[in-house]
This record gives sequence, structure tokens and C-alpha cells, in this order.
Amino acid sequence: MADVTMLDAINMGLRTEMAADSNVVLLGEDIGVNGGVFRATAGLQNTFGKQRVIDTPLSETLIAGMAIGMAAEGLKPVVEIQFMGFIYATFDQIINHASRLRNRTRGRLTCPLVLRAPFGGGIHAPEHHSESTEALLAHIPGLRVVIPSSPSRAYGLLLAAIRDPDPVIFLEPKRIYRMFKQQVQDNAEALPLDVCFVLTEGTDVTLVSWGAMIHETLAAAEQLATNGINAEVIDVATIKPLDMNTILESVAKTGHCVIVHEAAKTCGVGAEIAAQLAEQGLMSLFAPVERVTGFDTVMPLFKLEQKYMPSVVRIIAAVTRSLKNA
Amino acid sequence: MLDYEGNLLDTNIPDIANNQQQLIKLYQSMVSTRLFDKKATLLQRRGQLGTYSSSLGQEAIGATIGCLMHDEDVLFNYYREYAAQFMRGVKMSEILLYWGGNEQGMNFQKARHDFPICIPIASQVPQAVGAAYAMQLRKQQRVAVCVLGDGATSKGDFYEAINAAGIWNLPIIFVINNNRWAISLPQDKQTHAQTLAQKAIAAGIAGEQVDGNDTIALYCRLKKALEKARSGAGATIIEALTYRLCDHTTADDASHYRNQQEVQENWHYEPIQRLKYYLIKQGYWSNADEEKLYSQSQEKVETAVKEYLNTPEQSPESMFDYLYETLPDTLVEQRNSIMVKEPK
Ligand SMILES: Cc1ncc(C[n+]2csc(CCOP(=O)(O)OP(=O)(O)O)c2C)c(N)n1
Ligand SMILES: [Mg+2]
Repeated sequence: MADVTMLDAINMGLRTEMAADSNVVLLGEDIGVNGGVFRATAGLQNTFGKQRVIDTPLSETLIAGMAIGMAAEGLKPVVEIQFMGFIYATFDQIINHASRLRNRTRGRLTCPLVLRAPFGGGIHAPEHHSESTEALLAHIPGLRVVIPSSPSRAYGLLLAAIRDPDPVIFLEPKRIYRMFKQQVQDNAEALPLDVCFVLTEGTDVTLVSWGAMIHETLAAAEQLATNGINAEVIDVATIKPLDMNTILESVAKTGHCVIVHEAAKTCGVGAEIAAQLAEQGLMSLFAPVERVTGFDTVMPLFKLEQKYMPSVVRIIAAVTRSLKNA
Repeated sequence: MLDYEGNLLDTNIPDIANNQQQLIKLYQSMVSTRLFDKKATLLQRRGQLGTYSSSLGQEAIGATIGCLMHDEDVLFNYYREYAAQFMRGVKMSEILLYWGGNEQGMNFQKARHDFPICIPIASQVPQAVGAAYAMQLRKQQRVAVCVLGDGATSKGDFYEAINAAGIWNLPIIFVINNNRWAISLPQDKQTHAQTLAQKAIAAGIAGEQVDGNDTIALYCRLKKALEKARSGAGATIIEALTYRLCDHTTADDASHYRNQQEVQENWHYEPIQRLKYYLIKQGYWSNADEEKLYSQSQEKVETAVKEYLNTPEQSPESMFDYLYETLPDTLVEQRNSIMVKEPK
């Protein structure tokens, strides 16, 4: 068991799966010799060679398209897009092809690829490096969108993503890449996709979040506990397809729900969760669903980024509003 | 190599010019593709097919590609080179099913590794590069063949892909069907480059232009490029000059943007007649052969149409059945809801 950061865990997961399955190949910009701009792939080219850890030219459309051709030919490509802000050039490939290759050939060709991209704010990065646009991808039928929130979940979910027979978008909250360490066993065991993880159990309010925001959410839950409020914290982890059962079960118990995400509010994944709560859980709710999210503004440059990000204070305020309605 | 009356111009006579069997195979493929196109266009007019893109006048490109590729190679077609697909075993009824709105059409029963028809222009080109990379990685003697239109060479996808094919010396050929038009845009508005083949220079790969209506010339150039790719000597761009004698698709009316005289003139250069003249001159082909070919091909097309029209529709729940290998629980309810019969 090693004490590792999320980045280490990702590296460990890639290494383990590459060793176990010779069909796994990595491709992306600066991932080989340099080991990736965040060093998620450090050392892998040394171990597995230039042909399996591929430094591509600076061509996002190419990278995504290649991964589709490789996947249909039986490889298991794991793509790194350097930052989520540069993912848009891949959308034609991802939306028009990767997500639907199985469907449009009625199962003849499949697309078992993983597309990794660091995303989210909070590291004082330049413009275009800090957005959270996961909802754009979660909207697309045929894709899976997975977001880890800790080293152990990064390791287990990444293995599951690589082994999954369909395309998976794996978004890595870069703010917590190195934020803390955790004991992670390199045991090649995957975690399940398509299910939420209940991180802390509670009876008074359900807090639903994912990615880096899990940490503000957990911190808020801790503070609430000192005031005698027991929050249940759910890490959605796979935001598409969405495991509503876990959320509904929790809300049936607590009657209150606060959704926390960094992405802009309108049409964010929180809106989907709230809509499904309205459809299937309205009778359990004692108060309107609260959303604590980024604003519907352009992601500001870093001087203002802390003002944009949902804070512990805002989460606690939302919980307080919700409980007042009890 | 062939002039418009079917005379062989080259003094250096290639083997194919004397290969009666192969030339007849090519000719048959071109003729049956033309009859297929005609029928498909008719079906569309009758409301029995959706929008359809014909390959009228461009059949030599597909036929030579299909004739020269090995079974285990992979074809990345866009939406015109039916002759190539048919030669590789794709059924005419499958192509009709696709344009008739049934996804089963792209579930080819043969050529199982070939990619489906690709509508987003040039997006198949990077995919072909990925397949070629996989072949090279696994040390296979296979080639990816990617066909695209002249318009597609203006897309970033194309530049990104040919650039990468050069870097890794991949087993791939890019065949540009330069039919002079991209819907309404003529080539001189598409690019100021003198040729499309010269775009290969920037990628550091081979590029050449060939008369795409000259079956013998096409055959020679494609054969060489395929052998080169297969032997590990890298990628080639082949710009095949042809002309779109049809509207862009059945949804288009080309009289809005190009004059009929240009079309008439180009009928003079079309590939089928040219090869036929040559076959006759060589003594490879007779009027009786011609009659037999047309009646047999027509029958083949009619059989395909019957098969297409008699194919049962897919069930509505099939929309869900190929989204993922295993349907996520969250979609079970939606799938069930579509199976409930609506009250009459
Ligand atoms: C990315 C994209 N943009 C626009 C279209 C609409 N469109 C369909 S065919 C076409 C022209 C393509 O011309 P070309 O590449 O020369 O192929 P051709 O149809 O002439 O064989 C256009 C603009 C499309 N399918 N994809
Ligand atoms: Mg064209």
C-alpha cells in the first residue's frame, strides 16, 4: 500500500493496465518523453516504449480520430487532452463517431477508448484552462463521463474506464491532483462505473457533488456536524449514466438536497439531478432542491476565480436555507 | 494512359493493360455500380429511399480501389465510393438500407473491419490514421485506404492526418476523389493550390495526380502506392481527377450553380465508355458480352432492391440496443416505455 496523490494513482493505474494488457496504448501531446504537462504519464514511455506511449503532433482532432480508428481495430487507446479547454476540437470525433460507432454499425465496430482531460479551476492557470464543461459531454448518448474525487477512486475508476467496452470521458479535477495523499493499493482492482459513492452517511440533508468540489462539500458537512446537522455526502463519480437510485434513496431519508458543482448553473448536471428529483422524489422533499454552482459567467481569470468557485460558506448557507423550509 | 477513344498512349505498357480478366472485372464493377446509382436515384424520386449520393462518372476510382485492396485491409470511404465497397463484399442492399434509414445497412456482413459511410466531411481521415497506426504497431501487412473528396482537403482533419501519417511512416493511402465540385463550390474557390496532390509536400509524404477516369492509369498508381504502404515505405496521397456528372445528392439541384455545358463536355471523358473502347480494341469485349453484362447487372440491382424493400423494419427498442455493450440501468425504463403499444 502506497501513500499517493491522485496524479500518482493515475500513473499507477495506467502502468498496471498497460502491463496487464498489451492492447492498451497512450497517446497525446507531450505525454511521452516529458511524461505529460502534469506528469500523469511520467516514466511510462521508458517502460512501454515509444510505440505504445505516443507523443503525437499538436492535433487534437487527429488524436481523437486516431483513437477511434485504433479502438475499432482492437486496441485500447487512452488519450490525454492536455486541458479540457482544448477538448472542443475533438467533439466532432467524439460526438459524431466515438459515441455512436457501435450503434451505427449495429455492434459490428466498437469504440473502447478513454479520453482523459484535466479540468476545473483553482490552480491559477491561464485563460481557457479552468472551465468545467462536463455537462456538454454528459448530454451525449453513448458516452460515459467519469470524474474521480480522490486518489483511490482515480485509480479504481480509471481501470474500470480502460476495461469498459465503450468510450469513456475521464475528467480529472486538476485542483486536487496533488492536494492530498491517500493509501492506494496497486491491486489492479477496478471500482464500479455507473454508481454513486456514499462518502459519509447522514440523516438530515443530502449533499450531492463530484470532482474537486467533493472537498468543499465534505468540509461543509464537517462544520454542519458541529452544529448537530448530519449530512450525507454523495460522490456521483459517473455523471453519465447517472445513478439516481442512490440519490433518491438518500433524499427519501433526509428530505433535503443540495447539489454542489463547479460548472456554470444553467443546464449543468445539477439541473438534471434536480429535474429527476422533481420527477421521482418530489414526495420525499421537504424543501426545494438547492444548487450551489459556478455562476453563469465566463470563467474569470485567476484573480477572481475564488469568487467564482462554490465555497464552504455558500454550501452551508444553502443547507441552512433548505433546513429552514423543513 | 488511355485517351478518350480508348487508345493506349504509353509506350511502356503496364501489365494490367493486357490482363483481360482483371480489366473485365473492373469494367463489370463500374457498370453495375452505374446501374445501381441510377436505380437508387429512381427509388429516391419515388419516395422509396432517403437522400442519396450518386457516384455517376466517378466509378473508376472505387472500382480500382476495391479491386486492389486485400480483404484484410481497411477501407474508410466517405459517401461515394460504392464500387469499392461492392468489390469488398458490401451488399447493394446494405447501401440501400443505410440511405433508406436503417442502421443495419452499416452492419456489413462482409468487409467487417471497414468503416461505415462517413458524412461529416474529412472526419474519417484521422480515423484511418489510427487504424494504420494499429496495423503498424502489430506488425501486420495491412493497409488503411482512405477516400475523401476535394472539399475535404480544406479541412483541418485532413492536414492533421496527412501530417501524422508522415511522422510515423504509416501504411496508409489517401485517395482524393477530385470531382471538381464540393456541392456548389468549384475547385478554384476551394484552394489556391495548383493541385491537391501537392498538399502532400507539406506533410513530407508522396503525392501524385492521376486521371481518375482512366482505369488503367489509376490501377497502376494505386497498385504502386498500396505496395509501397504494405512494404513499410510509407504513405501516399493520390489525387484522382474526375468529374461529378450528377447532382451533389438527390437533395441538390446543380443547375443553380454550374452550367449544363460543362457537364455535357465532361461526359466525353467519363470512365466507363473509355474502358469499353479499349476492351473492344483489344478484342476483349463484344456486343454480346455487353448485352449480357447489362442484363445480369440489372438483375443483380433488382434483386438487391427487392431484398432492401423486403427487409423488416427494426424494432423501436433497437435504438437502445447498440448504445453501449450493456444497457445502463438508467435507460431500461426509457427502453420499456418505447415498447408499450400506443392505444389506437
Ligand atoms: C464537416 C461538414 N461540413 C459540411 C457538410 C455538408 N456537406 C456535405 S457534402 C459537402 C461537400 C463535400 O465536397 P467534397 O469533399 O468535394 O466531396 P464530394 O461530395 O464532391 O464527393 C458538404 C459541404 C458535411 N457533410 N460535413
Ligand atoms: Mg468534390
